[in-house]
Amino acid sequence: MKGFLLSFQSEFYKSRKTLGFWGAIILPLLITGLAFVSVYSKSTDLAKLPPMGLWVQFSMISLGSMGSLLLPIYTIFVAYSVNSVEHKADTWKTLFSLPISRWAVYGAKYFYAFFLLFLCLALFALFNIAFGNLLSVVKPALKFNEYHMELQLIQVFYKLLLSALGILSIQFLLSLLWSDFLKPMGLGFVASVAGVILASNNWEYSYLFPYAHPMGALKSMLKQNQEPARSFEIDIYTKDVYVSLAVAVVVFIAGYFIVQKKSVK
Amino acid sequence: MVIQTNGLSFSFGNQQVVKSLSLQVPAGSIYGFLGPNGAGKTTTIKMLLNLLRTGEGSIHIFGQELEANRISILSQIGSLIEQPAIYHHLTGRENLMNRAMLLQVNENKVDEMLKLVQLTNAGGKKAGQYSLGMKQRLGIALALLNDPKLLILDEPTNGLDPNGIIEIRELMMKLVANGKTVFISSHLLAEIEKMATHVGIINNGELMFQGTIHDLQNISQPLIHIETDNTVDAANLLKRHNFTVTEIDQDQLFVPFNSKQQIGDINTLLIQNGFTVFGINKQRKDLERLFLDITTKSN
Repeated sequence: MKGFLLSFQSEFYKSRKTLGFWGAIILPLLITGLAFVSVYSKSTDLAKLPPMGLWVQFSMISLGSMGSLLLPIYTIFVAYSVNSVEHKADTWKTLFSLPISRWAVYGAKYFYAFFLLFLCLALFALFNIAFGNLLSVVKPALKFNEYHMELQLIQVFYKLLLSALGILSIQFLLSLLWSDFLKPMGLGFVASVAGVILASNNWEYSYLFPYAHPMGALKSMLKQNQEPARSFEIDIYTKDVYVSLAVAVVVFIAGYFIVQKKSVK
Repeated sequence: MVIQTNGLSFSFGNQQVVKSLSLQVPAGSIYGFLGPNGAGKTTTIKMLLNLLRTGEGSIHIFGQELEANRISILSQIGSLIEQPAIYHHLTGRENLMNRAMLLQVNENKVDEMLKLVQLTNAGGKKAGQYSLGMKQRLGIALALLNDPKLLILDEPTNGLDPNGIIEIRELMMKLVANGKTVFISSHLLAEIEKMATHVGIINNGELMFQGTIHDLQNISQPLIHIETDNTVDAANLLKRHNFTVTEIDQDQLFVPFNSKQQIGDINTLLIQNGFTVFGINKQRKDLERLFLDITTKSN
């Protein structure tokens, strides 16, 4: 456990000056910031909406962009960035000759990638809540303060996080095995586009395809038996989320043995 | 023995790159692991660090079996494999800080190491901007950070200028004087000859020689080195008088050394036959020539 914590700490130390880390902060800030500007500039039209409608309108800018292509692509990028640090510096051999168990080194790297994804989505939830409330302060005509959907927002972003874990495990393994940027990125991009197409066309088996999960997660987020007029409940644990979690666990464990067998070149 | 391997073998697919290697590295030695490029040196080192799984045979380090005692053994080893593994986006000092964090070494040690490898002034500079020599020195500082009992260095003088090579050599000798053991691989034989106490020579994955540096020098027969105005005719004359000529080129020829008297006899013979002798002296084969002899014989 100590080796894991030391390795995790070292991952942060190494990445704190890279785009891999700052991307997790800049991306939610940028998208939510744009949503803020967009809603602010259209405040006259939007003031007619009921408070709940305002929140939906505002948060769907982040959710829509993340749920379609942005989240899979960002996940691919995070998986690449934590591994490319070692590929570029040729440090795999050093990492695996440290007096730390291989599981701790591998696990810490994976969980650091997970942490970046978590940070990104947690900030999305936070910035959405903060900027929404800020809008009602700077434009009192926008009645964001008259409705509260903090819980639902946190739940949706949490669902998105879970739905991206399958992609994270697959891309983490690909980026670990391949040192170049194009192979894992290209493969991941093609798979993500296919995922969006499958999920948006409601293909019945799209829940089995990890790259379709973020979009599928958004489509399945509303509980079916709800009347959406006054409030809504979020259905987090849908079948696509379960498949995503299962793929994440299986590929994470299999990845360790693949890496072990491959030895360090 | 600090390192002891028995029948160590390794194959990449069908190609066997290390063949039944039995290394014996005594404590407090500088063990020069010599061989041409592609001889299997790096593969052996990676097995010693448990980076590659041993095909056949066993590895014992500090008297313990490597696989079963991986973490306790690795905590006493510092290593530098091929080119130094350095994060280019971090400064030299940050590279050391990162490693110190992983090895739970005190921060003071970082500055101490920077001083040791003379990078104190460049410590705040991005490692990506370092010259090859500076990177190599930083790599050595990283390897020494946890004060290891055994230092494994793979071609540490690669890319260094003569000053850098001398600095590394002096550093190695200082470390051994402090009770450490150094296992150093190289294809620069003259370099190893200047610092190694023990030598292992590997070619095509096979250990061809192992012993002290004196053992190695002793098996090399000294030669008489002769320079004359006409080496070809001089060689023919010597052959006619039952001397063996082992090597000849435009400027010099070599005859195996037996006694001092023999040098006098050759000198007299050449002068009496009208040759001008520019020089005649006893020479010990240098390691390079010896290495070539050993490796050529194996082919």
